[in-house]
Amino acid sequence: MAHAQALTEADKDRFYLTEDHHPENGTLLGFWIYLMSDCLIFAVLFACYAVLGRNYAAGPSGADLFDLPIVAVNTALLLFSSITYGFAMISAQAKKVKPTLAWLAVTGLLGLGFLSLELYEFNHLIHEGAGPQRSAFLSSFFVLVGTHGLHVTFGCIWLVTLMVQVAKRGLGGEMKRRLMCLSMFWHFLDVIWIGVFSFVYLLGVLK
Amino acid sequence: MSAASHDAHHAHDDHGHGHEDGGAHGTLKDYVIGFVLAVILTAIPFWLVMGDVLPNNQMTALAVMGLAVIQVIVHMIYFLHMNSRSEGGWTMLALVFTLVVVVITLSGSLWVMHNLDSHMMAPMPHDMREVP
Repeated sequence: MAHAQALTEADKDRFYLTEDHHPENGTLLGFWIYLMSDCLIFAVLFACYAVLGRNYAAGPSGADLFDLPIVAVNTALLLFSSITYGFAMISAQAKKVKPTLAWLAVTGLLGLGFLSLELYEFNHLIHEGAGPQRSAFLSSFFVLVGTHGLHVTFGCIWLVTLMVQVAKRGLGGEMKRRLMCLSMFWHFLDVIWIGVFSFVYLLGVLK
Repeated sequence: MSAASHDAHHAHDDHGHGHEDGGAHGTLKDYVIGFVLAVILTAIPFWLVMGDVLPNNQMTALAVMGLAVIQVIVHMIYFLHMNSRSEGGWTMLALVFTLVVVVITLSGSLWVMHNLDSHMMAPMPHDMREVP
């Protein structure tokens, strides 16, 4: 009762919370939901590969084609790019522009290294006559791994865009938000790659 | 007047900053722990497959898939900073919903297509893998 009496006239009309727990903008949550929808795209492609991945049409199988050392190097490149992006985020939190840019540049180079190895592998497969039109296995393989590669490509373009913006405008609140979104995107691609190297490459070589 | 508006602006900035810090960002320790775990969890499956360590392929396949699931969880915690509190639990809810849909998609596709395969009498491309 004492509390009720302490209310002012203005407060009495108020039936809603003025201070609620939502963040001021929903960008990060919205971006997370985008990532989840992206996750569904990959789930469908993985399901497709799981169904078609043994239909070799008398062509080469994964055991004949996959070169595990290249895949291991690719995995290492992506994993290193994940932690260098983490270092970039830590520098950004500390508002240090130059280290942020340097770590972002390293991340971008590792991403480009990943892409060039993947393109080399694709090129090699196609020249061996194991292109996407050879069998259902290879079609689903190229679509799944290619979609991941396409995501990394766009991640690299986005990374360069953000580097230019950071260099020009420094590390304000909105820039940190953008870096955070790319951070989620980049780490998410690494998570998808875990599925690709385990399920497609390692299990593909096994049988 | 100018000082007051500056203060107000500053207070607003701090407010925004505070909320953003409520978002996910990790410490150096988080990233290093996550990285070390990820390296170990990547190295083991490659070693299992390339070194042909386990007695049969089925065990190796199970181990590889199990380690992949663990590594995904490690990445989620240490790199994506997932927890049940961020954004008032909505990120976790979206993740759980997505996982449910993913599991239904994967297991459903495999189940239906396998069933279809085994009901087909004519030789499928599936059976042609034995043909040289």
